[in-house]
This record gives sequence, structure tokens and C-alpha cells, in this order.
Amino acid sequence: MRQFLLYIVIVLAGLLFISRLFYLQIYNPNSNNLFEDNAIRKVYDYPKRGFVFDRNGELLVSNQPSYDVMVIPREVKPLDTLEFCSLLKIDKERFKEKYKEAYNYSPRLPYVFIPQLSKADYAVLQEKMRKFEGFYIQKRSLRHYQTSIGANVLGSISEVRNRDMENDPYYKSGDLIGREGVEASYEEILRGVKGIKFIQKDRFNRNIGPYKDGIYDTIPVQGKDITITIDAELQAYGELLMRNKRGGIVALEPSSGEILAMIAAPSFDPNLLVGRERSKNFTKLFRDSIAKPLFNRSLQGVYEPGSPFKLMNALIALQEGVMTPNEIVTCNGGYHYGGRVMGCHCAYGTRNNMVGGIMHSCNAYFATAYRKILDKNGNASEGIDKWSSHAKSFGLGNFLGYDLQIGQKGRIPDRDYYKYVYPNTFYSTYTISNAIGQGEVATTPIQLANMIAAIANRGYFYTPHIIKKIEGQDIPEKYTTPKHTTIDKENFEPVIEGMLQVYKQGTASALQVPDIEICGKTGTVENFTTIDSTRTQLTDHSIFVAFAPKDNPKIALAVFVENGYWGSRFAGRVASLLIEKHLKGEITRTDLEDWLLRHTLEHEYEKPYSGEPFGINRNTTLEQVSPEEYKELKEELAKLNNQNING
Amino acid sequence: MVRNTNRHFKFDWITIILFLLLAGFGWINIISASHIGEEINYFDFSQPYGKQLIFIFLTFALIVLLLAIDAKFYERFSSVIYIISMLSLMGLFVFGKNVNGATSWYGIGGMTIQPSEFAKTATALAVAKYVSDLNTNIKTFKDQIQVFIIIIIPAVLVLLQNDTGSTIVYGAFFFVLYREGLPKFYLNIGISLIILSILSLKFGGLITTFISGILIFGYYFFNRRKSNLLVFILAFLLSAGVSFGIKFFYNSVLQPHQKDRISLWLRLEKDPEKLERMKKTFAYNLNESEKAIGSGGFTGRGFMEGTRTTGKFVPEQHTDYIFSTVGEEWGFLGSSLVVIVFVLLLLRILHLAELQKSQFSRVYGYSVAAIIFVHFFINIGMVMGLIPTIGIPLPLFSYGGSGLWAFTILIFIFIKLDSNRINEW
Ligand SMILES: [Zn+2]
Repeated sequence: MRQFLLYIVIVLAGLLFISRLFYLQIYNPNSNNLFEDNAIRKVYDYPKRGFVFDRNGELLVSNQPSYDVMVIPREVKPLDTLEFCSLLKIDKERFKEKYKEAYNYSPRLPYVFIPQLSKADYAVLQEKMRKFEGFYIQKRSLRHYQTSIGANVLGSISEVRNRDMENDPYYKSGDLIGREGVEASYEEILRGVKGIKFIQKDRFNRNIGPYKDGIYDTIPVQGKDITITIDAELQAYGELLMRNKRGGIVALEPSSGEILAMIAAPSFDPNLLVGRERSKNFTKLFRDSIAKPLFNRSLQGVYEPGSPFKLMNALIALQEGVMTPNEIVTCNGGYHYGGRVMGCHCAYGTRNNMVGGIMHSCNAYFATAYRKILDKNGNASEGIDKWSSHAKSFGLGNFLGYDLQIGQKGRIPDRDYYKYVYPNTFYSTYTISNAIGQGEVATTPIQLANMIAAIANRGYFYTPHIIKKIEGQDIPEKYTTPKHTTIDKENFEPVIEGMLQVYKQGTASALQVPDIEICGKTGTVENFTTIDSTRTQLTDHSIFVAFAPKDNPKIALAVFVENGYWGSRFAGRVASLLIEKHLKGEITRTDLEDWLLRHTLEHEYEKPYSGEPFGINRNTTLEQVSPEEYKELKEELAKLNNQNING
Repeated sequence: MVRNTNRHFKFDWITIILFLLLAGFGWINIISASHIGEEINYFDFSQPYGKQLIFIFLTFALIVLLLAIDAKFYERFSSVIYIISMLSLMGLFVFGKNVNGATSWYGIGGMTIQPSEFAKTATALAVAKYVSDLNTNIKTFKDQIQVFIIIIIPAVLVLLQNDTGSTIVYGAFFFVLYREGLPKFYLNIGISLIILSILSLKFGGLITTFISGILIFGYYFFNRRKSNLLVFILAFLLSAGVSFGIKFFYNSVLQPHQKDRISLWLRLEKDPEKLERMKKTFAYNLNESEKAIGSGGFTGRGFMEGTRTTGKFVPEQHTDYIFSTVGEEWGFLGSSLVVIVFVLLLLRILHLAELQKSQFSRVYGYSVAAIIFVHFFINIGMVMGLIPTIGIPLPLFSYGGSGLWAFTILIFIFIKLDSNRINEW
């Protein structure tokens, strides 16, 4: 035994070492990765982020330089924190906090200590930077918005969060990533690909030279410019008209599905979300739970469509052959069913054919149509599924597939949807509210605008999209392929004729625009909120849909103005003006324009928060903005018109 | 003088080949660890790798000389060699040159010589001589004391020069004496001491005493044959004494830097700021060397391709931390191979030692294996973070003339003794 002790010890030591080597070199996963290797400095070369142009070639978004103070905690030497803090305009607590953050992220990787210095701060700091080892200034490119409009369309960029880095290892701390809008949708195209240089360091953190003569280095790929479908002029005009109102507007070009304007009111200046003030402003916008400026009403706002949905019921009734255009429905001031009545504002005994039904928005007419559709085969369960699938072929009740990352499905109910409320018997009268676009039907402004575009096209639509051109690249095929509805072409004509008559002699006759044949439909929708856990009704929403011109349509839109009372009151005015602006480039109905600028709905929005009892609809008042604000708005309008002349 | 004309063929070529492999591969890694920039002039003698090349060439001359000297010379003059060596160690207190806090060097011209490297060989010869003396019986306490004195003198001298690593190497002689009949008692004591120390530092004296009490009395109750309870009580009291004493030793005797090393190894330090400070100082080397080894992966980054080696992240990489270069550039394959070659060399020397008919040769051979083993174990163990940081070179691998020559002398004296085996009778 004695002879063997050392033998055994030696062999055991050998085995121990080999196992340790196995652990360190093979079992341990972080070996051999250049990105994890702190002996290699990674220097990123950020390419220029692509510019964004509007459909007329107007530059909307470009870049501006910005300077970040970076820190590599392990390399920080004792420093005069007092001086450093005063240069950075932060206090010592903030300094400690940020340092800890950086350290927790990684002691050896660069971390953004103070983002986006002002140019003045940068000039002062740059000279003294060498005194503070472990800190350095990194130049980066920030967005520069040439305009104050379209925040909801354009989106913004901000620093990546941990989640972004986990989702895509391309992103490293301090990188910028598109949030919301086209910045998010076309992130990879706009962003390009950053270049990277691997530089061998020594242990004093000095660069020795390129690692392996730079064979792993990559050069940056420039971001590509994009052109979006938005007409900046129309967008700006729409945003101005929607001042002091809330709601969403989407205007489409029916022949292509291009989004001409997408307005979410209230809006905000995209420049608020650039630079050092970004997070402060973002928080402010985010916390505004009343006006919800970050809530993109044009994409996310789910509203009952109201009367515009009658167009859909008319189309389905024709397609299913349950009604003819000339069939007369007599309205006795409402629709009577099973001892109940759905009121209508027609005079007793009004006889409406389809055009008349649309023009007068007769509830009795569409209740009849709806019931006929559902009861066609004597089975309302089968009937509502048929009805639902027709409506869904217009892109309602589901995500449309447009190239912006937010949205809502809306709702088009089918039999399955009612299975809990009506497990056994199901009659057409149960869901009669759907006949007039209320009840369970819900759409977003962009869905409704798309429905109108499909009507304008007489039976098909292109998936709405914001991208018009990508430098050196085609736009995705799905945006250039038409989608056909389940309604035959000829069935659209009576409906369109009805919409034309809405302008000619119906609910929108006061909104006519000279020389343009507009087809439209008003809508008025009841809505409720909860005040102190009591369901409380508010003034109705004002809704308007339209396309123009009647033949060869150029624009189709849906306008929602919250608590605007009735369709032609606010939404109809806005729609008419946008149509005129788009088709003529100038406004002749300045009376409408002036009316909209002068009037505000802010008082309506304050009612639920006032704590006081309040009146709605008939008991509400029409209020004006202050003379000063009116003047300001007029000046903005003049500026807008001037730009157009100059542009 | 010449008794056997064929004696060249009696040298153990396996040992010699393993020796050359290690020295050669060591040099390759010294190039990686010390070169600056892309251009390498292997004969640039201002650079460590150039100097080491000279040392290696001089080694061949040294080998020829060592093999030419009559084998009997080493035995006969072992006492003289030992005394001269001890004097050279003592002389350091007067003439020594301080390098990195240790006064273990003589400066002669542009060169420095570290006598402690040679003292190990001298001590090995002296121990072999003493133990193989017909009058010596290592089982007696008197002779144990005598041989202990032979070993403790150089150990204390190098300790006084702040060379803790070299002191620990003298522990290698324990293996030698145990092989030659040192009572098992010492082995048990030694192992118990190590275990008790680690346990009580890590978990405190009370818990350690408690555990050792259970073990000792448990053993007593299950093994009642001819055992004296008093012995067990004594053993328990001793272990309790050690458990509490080691804390005192750790706190009051050890120097702060030694304490830090142990506390890092046993992960005793909980204060994050202190840990941070450690990471920036001595633990930095360890951290970097572990990372360098880890980054080698299975096949390594290749000769002169290691990023940490190239960036000189590991200080003293061409000396004590040379194995981290092997790890980074030659990967798991290369570093395992180095471990295996060392193990083979050690086993070969041990095997040869057991074959010796002369006790002197056997004891000496055993000492060679034990000394190299302790270096090998401490150095590689330290570089991979298995044991506390102790500065000690990797035999034949680390940069340095004194080290290389001292190990050459150590090994080739044995090769010479071994070649003489046939002629002993
Ligand atoms: Zn009616």
C-alpha cells in the first residue's frame, strides 16, 4: 500500500485536472464567442437610418446627430464625481443609481450612462472627457421630424430594452429600435445593418489592432429610404380639423388600398418623443388616461358602426336575393316586432325603396332586410352565419393585415357568438340591433374605411397599407393583390345610388361640395361610460363614411368623432372637407372649415369627470373655442395653405 | 571511470523524451504568451521567448555534464551539496535582490539566479543520503526528527524570503518518507489536519468540532475491539483544539494577502465591495486565466491566436500562468495532453524509482517525482481555480532559466543514477 499512495494521488490529480478542463472548456457555454470575449472590443458602426417621405416626395423624417455618455463600469477609475455630475447636470444620487444600473447590466460592457446630450453640453463635456476614465461619448443618430403631424403614423425610435435584446440578439445595449408606426413596421428596412469591428485589447484596455486582421469585421449596410402612402398635406389638414375633438379618421385610396391619411385625435407632435426629453414626454402622454393621446383611435378604437353598417345589410339582402332594389318597405315611425318597437324618425307611413331606405337611414327598412336575410331558409342560426361571412369578406371582424403593428379585430357576430346567451332557440329578432349597426357589431375606423373602399370598388379591396415604395425593393405582394368580397358587382349600384342621394337630398345634403359627386352615409351611435359604477349614457358619437367621386373613386373614408351627437354634425363636415381637399387641393366650403375650427367638444369630454349631473344629446350645447385659440387655429390653417402654395 | 561502454543506451529514453516534449511545448507557449505584435524573431534575445531558447540550449550542455559525472559522486557529495545550497539561501539575506516582494534572487551581471530552485535538488539528495544510511531507521522518532530538520531548514529559509510557494514544495518529502516507512500515524494526522482546517474555516469551529466528535466517538462505539477510550477522548480534544486554533491562525498569523487567497478559494468573503477589490487585484489573474482557458473550447484557438494571450490579459502568463495559454490556444485536447504527459512522466519516474536496487537512488527518485508532482498540482490547480493562489512555476513549462535548470538537474541526476542501476553490484 505504501508504494501506491503517490501513484494514486498522481493519477487522481490528473483526472481531477482533466475534469476541470472539461468543465471550463466544454461544459461552460460562454467559451469561444467573440461577443462574450472581453479581450475583444466590439466597435459598432451604425448606418444611417432610412428617411421617410410622404406620397408626394415630401421629406417627413430624417436624422440628426446626438451624443450619449457611455460607461464601462470595470474601467472606471476614481473620479471627481462632483465635477462630473455638474457637467452632466445630474445629482449624485442619480449618478450612483445609473452606475449601479450599468454595473448590473454588465461590469465590462458599454452602457448608456446619459443619453442624448444637448449640443451645448456635448461641447463642454467633450474637452474634459479624458479625465473620466471608463466614460466616453458616443455619437449617434436620432430622428429628426420635419413636421409636427402624423405621430401615430410615423411612430418613433427609442433605446432597446432587455426584452428586445432577448428577442433578437442583433440588438445590443444602446441600440435604437423603432416603436409604433412605420418605424416599427419597417424597422429592419429603415435600420440597415450595423457594421462591427473586432479589436484586440490588451489588459490595460488599450487597442492593439484589429482581431485576426479584421476577417470577422463587417461593414454597415445602409438603411433604406421609404415612401409612405400618407399625403402629408391631407394628414395635416385632418389633424387641424380634429383639434379639440376626439376620434379616428382613416382615408384610403380605393384603387390601391393606400392609406392617404390616418388621424387619431388628440394627436401630439412626434418631436416630443425625440432626444433626452423622450421619456419624460412619453410618460406624460402615457399617463393621460382621459384624452389617451397614445391610443391610436384610427386603428385601435372599436366603435359600433351605426348606420353606415346598413349599407352592408343592403348589400347582403341583394346578394341573398331576399330583397330587390325597388321593393317597398313602409315605415310607421319604426319597426314593430313581437310587441316591441325599434323607433325611426320617418313620418308615419313613409314608403321606402332601397335608395330611400339608405337616404333616410330608415330603421324599419333595414330591420326588415336583416330579418329577411336571417330567415331566408327558415333557420336564423344558418342565416346569421351566412350574414356574418358576407360581412367578414369585407375585412370586418378580424385583423385586416395592414402594415402597422397595432389594431383590433372588431366584431361581427355569428351563431357561435350567441351560443351562451341563446343556447337553444334563436330567432332573427333576438339580434335585430345588428340591422342598424348597433348591438354586437363593432368596427375600427380603418375597417369601416376599408368597407367603404370595397363598396367604392364595387366588390373588392386591397389590404390597406402604409408603405408605398421601398428603395430598391418591391412592396409585399399582399398589398397589390385584390381581395374579393362575396357580393356581386351589380348589387353595389343601388347601394351606391342610395349613398349618392344621402348627399343629394338626404342626411348630408348640407355638406355638398361643388362639382364632386360624393357618396356617403351618416351614423349616430349611442354610447355609454361608467361613472361611479353606474352605466351612464353620453352624447352620441358622430360617424360618417364616404367615397368620391362616384365613378372612378379616389378616396374612401370613415370618420368617427366621439360624442359629436349626429353624423353630419361633426364627422360629415370633416369628411366632406377632406374629400374636397384631396380631390381639388383647395377648399371652397370654407364655411364648414370655419365651423369646425370654431367649435370644440372638450366640454363633452369633461362631463363624465365633472362630478356634476349633465345633459346629453338634445340637452347638450354647442360650444366654441376662445377667440384667442380660434385665431391661433386660423393662423395654423393659413400656414398650411401657404406651405401648399410654396410647396 | 568508464565501467560500461554501452552506458549511453541504459539511459531511460522514455523519461528523456517526455522531458523534451514538455520543455519544447513549454517554449511554444512562452512565445504566445510573451510575443508582442505579429512579427516574431525567435532569436530576439531581449524577449522572454528568445531568452528561454538560450536557456533550453544551455540545458543540453548541462545534461551532457550531468550525465558525464560519475553516479557515485551525487551520493558521496550530497552533504556538501546540501550545505552549499543552504549557504546560498542564507546569503540571500545579505546579497539578495528583491523581485516582486521576494528576496529570492542573486543578480549576476544581467542574469538572476534563484537558489531556492536548486535547494530542492540538494535537499532531495540529502534526504536520500540520510534515509538510505544503514544506521537510519525512519520508524524511530529520533531519525524522524533528524530528517525533519534537513527538510525544515530550506523550507524556513525560503519562507523568510517570502516565497510561500517554495516552502509548500518541501511538503513533497512527506510522500518520500511515507514510502520509506514513516508511520501511518503521520498520514492520518496530515489528512485530518487538512480536512479540519478547511471545515472549520468554512463552517466555523463549533460545527467542525461537533462533526469530528460524532465521527470519532461513532468510530469508537462501532469498533470496540482493543481500543482505549482515552485515546479517542484525546483525539477529540485535539481535533477541537485544531478546529478553534486554525481560526486563530488564520486571523492572527497569516498575512492579509494570504488570508485573502484562502477566503476567495473557500468563498468566505461575503462583502461585495471587498470581493470587488479582490477581483481587481490578485483574483483578477485567476479570473482572467480561467476565462482564457474556458475560451479555448475543445480544440483551442490555435497557436498565437488566443485573444487573452495576445492581449496579455493574464499577468505573469509566461511564468506561473503559462498553463492558461495552453488552455486558450490548444483547447481541451492540448491541455489534457499536457496533463497526461506530466502524469506519464511522474509515473515513469516513480516506476523507475521502485526498480532501484540502491535505497539512495530509490529515495532520490521518489523525491524527484514528489517534488515535480507538488509543483504540477499546485500550479495547474491554481491556474484553474481549484486551490488557493500560490505562486509556483510549472516545471519545464514556465519561463525562467533557474527553474528550467533546477528541474533539469533534478531529473537528470536521477536518470544518471538509474542508468547506473545495472552496475550497482
Ligand atoms: Zn323609417
